[in-house]
Amino acid sequence: MTPSHKIIELDHVVIRFSGDSGDGMQLTGTLFSNLSAILGNEISTFPDYPSEIRAPQGTIGGVSGFQVHLGSQKVHTPGDKADVLVVMNPAALKVNAHEVKPGGVIIYDENTFTDSGLQKAEFQTNNPFTELNLQDVQLLGIPLTEMTKLSLEGTSIDNKLGVRSKNMFALGLICWLFNRPIDKAQAFLTKKFSKKPEILNANIKALVDGYHYGDNIQAAVSTYRIVKSNIEKGRYTSINGNKAVAYGLIAAAEKAHLPLFLGSYPITPASDIMHELAARKDLGVKVIQSEDEIAGISTAIGASFAGNLAVTSTSGPGLALKGEAIGLAVMAELPLVIVNVQRGGPSTGLPTKTEQADLLQSLYGRNGESPLVVMAASTPDNCFDYAYWAAKIAVEHVTPVILLTDGFIANGTALWKLPSLNDFPDITPPRAPMIASDWKPYLRDQEKLNRYWMIPGMEGFMHRIGGLEKSDVTGEISTDPKNHQKMVAIRRSKIEKIADYIPPLSIYGDQTADILMVGWGSTFGHLSTAVDELNDSGKRVALAHFNFIMPLPKNTQEVLSAFKKIIVFELNDGQFASYLRTKVTGIEMSQYNKIQGQPFEVEEIVHFISSMI
Amino acid sequence: MTNSLYSPQDFKSDQYVRWCPGCGNFAILNAIYKALAAVNVSPAQTAVISGIGCSSRLSYYMNTYGFHTIHGRATAIATGVKVANPSLSVWQFTGDGDCLAIGGNHFIHALRRNIDINIVLHNNEIYGLTKGQFSPTSPKGLVTKSSPYGTFERPFQPADLIFGAGGTFFARTVDVDIPTSVDVMVSAAKHHGTSVVEVLQNCVIFNDGAYKMVSTKELRSENAIFLHHGEPMLFGKNKEKGLVLDGFSLKAVTLGENGISEKDILVHDATTKDYFLHQRLASMSGPDLPIALGVIRDVEETTYEEAMVEQIQAVQAKSTVKTFSDLMNSIESWEI
Repeated sequence: MTPSHKIIELDHVVIRFSGDSGDGMQLTGTLFSNLSAILGNEISTFPDYPSEIRAPQGTIGGVSGFQVHLGSQKVHTPGDKADVLVVMNPAALKVNAHEVKPGGVIIYDENTFTDSGLQKAEFQTNNPFTELNLQDVQLLGIPLTEMTKLSLEGTSIDNKLGVRSKNMFALGLICWLFNRPIDKAQAFLTKKFSKKPEILNANIKALVDGYHYGDNIQAAVSTYRIVKSNIEKGRYTSINGNKAVAYGLIAAAEKAHLPLFLGSYPITPASDIMHELAARKDLGVKVIQSEDEIAGISTAIGASFAGNLAVTSTSGPGLALKGEAIGLAVMAELPLVIVNVQRGGPSTGLPTKTEQADLLQSLYGRNGESPLVVMAASTPDNCFDYAYWAAKIAVEHVTPVILLTDGFIANGTALWKLPSLNDFPDITPPRAPMIASDWKPYLRDQEKLNRYWMIPGMEGFMHRIGGLEKSDVTGEISTDPKNHQKMVAIRRSKIEKIADYIPPLSIYGDQTADILMVGWGSTFGHLSTAVDELNDSGKRVALAHFNFIMPLPKNTQEVLSAFKKIIVFELNDGQFASYLRTKVTGIEMSQYNKIQGQPFEVEEIVHFISSMI
Repeated sequence: MTNSLYSPQDFKSDQYVRWCPGCGNFAILNAIYKALAAVNVSPAQTAVISGIGCSSRLSYYMNTYGFHTIHGRATAIATGVKVANPSLSVWQFTGDGDCLAIGGNHFIHALRRNIDINIVLHNNEIYGLTKGQFSPTSPKGLVTKSSPYGTFERPFQPADLIFGAGGTFFARTVDVDIPTSVDVMVSAAKHHGTSVVEVLQNCVIFNDGAYKMVSTKELRSENAIFLHHGEPMLFGKNKEKGLVLDGFSLKAVTLGENGISEKDILVHDATTKDYFLHQRLASMSGPDLPIALGVIRDVEETTYEEAMVEQIQAVQAKSTVKTFSDLMNSIESWEI
């Protein structure tokens, strides 16, 4: 590093990579984040995919982005606005111009800012930066396409293919900008393109040349160094929520000594759960990619009947289709995990954008009185823990469980310390404690009220279950009026009793504050970061964040009652607020609802709360 | 039949059987008890999955593991049961509405995958439990509660769907013909893959007489043909008639007339991969051709669940990842 450069030390920085869908922004962003994590930074990422698979090159519909937040302390969100924005073409600039902070840096590929490029991005003038009213930013134009072509001259990669390596040139430059040695990036690339040596060589050459370009041009920007964080020692990876869910289920199946079964149908943004489990044949995981959503859950229900740890995964529209089948699992009383990775709705909605609007559907979306467990993960890495919990509860209480995540934590990544199963509680399927001749299908554990899960193959325990209402204990079909009321009450109590087995609600932030923020699911990162910022600046506020929704933690009423003002923050039109109002008494709640297919910004929350104090 | 550990009684549950007097389901149930005894798999290893309909009530009358599920989804649920535990003997009882209307999609995909389940399709050409609407197999023009002026849609033939979806086993029987029913059900159980037994069933309340042309032994000898693999296709009271191919169509001929002798008669081969002739046989109907009964198609094909197990074993043989802990050690990670 040339000593004449000023090196700025930062606690944290946010970088956003954006370009055409074909420009490799996801790869570039992922490589850079992983590189940073290896060097000891905390990371949080968020890919912002377009809906189209390959929109016409250079158009707005095809812009793909990847944001990474690096930091030395608990980094819980991918950041509101970027300190550094990398744009590969005018369309990427158009879409992301207002994602950069005042005083931030925009690095752009000069070569794509041609008349034609500007036109495709629907600019009216020759100066896109003025047109966008971007005043307080540092601009760094690089002839990226030309430099990449030059870099690859003499290699065997033809021009067209070579230009695809410009993302690697940009990565090299970014590594220089952030004082990251590129040898580890080279190692990653070598592993990824090991089967395509020509592409590998092109990418590495572009990477190295990009790195040296920074040095050579003596760019008039400062370079940055992120202070290393004080993370607990251990072995780490970076993981996204979908993968973490898959791993959590695998872990639970192993602990429960049950085979793992997934019945699922492709749907954005949940498909990666199926992809990961389908790849785990080494661990004996059985996956059926079924013919439709209903077959997805139906095969899982069959597998549960046969004694496997059975799971189905989907998003909002799929959950709607699965409603009747979920009711069957509730009525027959079978263990089942239903993972819903929420996305913008209603109907087809915004498939690649995030939202939390399937809560009421999860709680109530079945005919009749059909109670089940509803829970939500809150970070990409704790998707592992909550998937494990969901499986444990489903098996031990013999009930369907809906686990909610969403596009934001499913696709975003966080650092994850590799767990040991020794640190996780046992999972014990409840089998009949009496001999077959004394057993009846709906005899129950007196404390938890679950029936005993006896499966085909178990000699002497043959029985019939189904969707019709049944007599208590014997399980024979019954339309007896008093029996029906009793059974409805039992099924409800069984779920309510689970409150005895889940952790109490805890408060994050200032316990003695007057104002309480309430959230659930994936908004934890933004809400808790806002609480930190507010409390650090002397504005007292606390956060109660829920992962268990049905049942709620036992101390919910008590905790909420201690605060003078409560605001429920959610990415929907007030679903959790409306549900909470039916569960607690004498507590007034206001709402902050954002339904834009985007996560909260720390800034907007801080601003909102500050205005109340 | 002699060496089974089980008797039909072993498969009867203690429930009072509740169909309408005269319903074809009583005979079918009777045949199933006998067939299961003959198949010699224990009740504990047997899983009976049903959907919704009069046929689907059958699971309650069997002393096996049983699951009375939701309308149209039994095939998918049965698929899950079999894949989760391939050592189980899985039976599905369904009807023309449950299987071919709402359940159509799951049905064709199970056939395509060749899941080793035994499907008994009670085809009474009507919706009985909901009290008399027409079904996808009702003849055009049938007057019912939901078609007071007669239907104006064509029915389809279960066999055509089954063959089109790649079905590897198809048999047909008449509800009251218990010996044939037992025979074909046992063959279905022995078949390695999705077996469909279509039972021509009489709904005495809502569609009485739909199969009156084959409702007695007498009538069956004239109007039906019992196909047996490897045997000539003969029918009639004295086996005096037979089937020949005339171009691409089947034709009924009489032995001794026009120089026809037994050597001209087609011999039934249930095992041909090509289903052309099986389809011609399955679609025969009066007055010119007899209704085909017995095992019409029975071909050997890998099942979905054994292919899955095979793939899992092949992957496991090459992999060093055996536990969750191995998995954690195999993914990209770094020490901090």
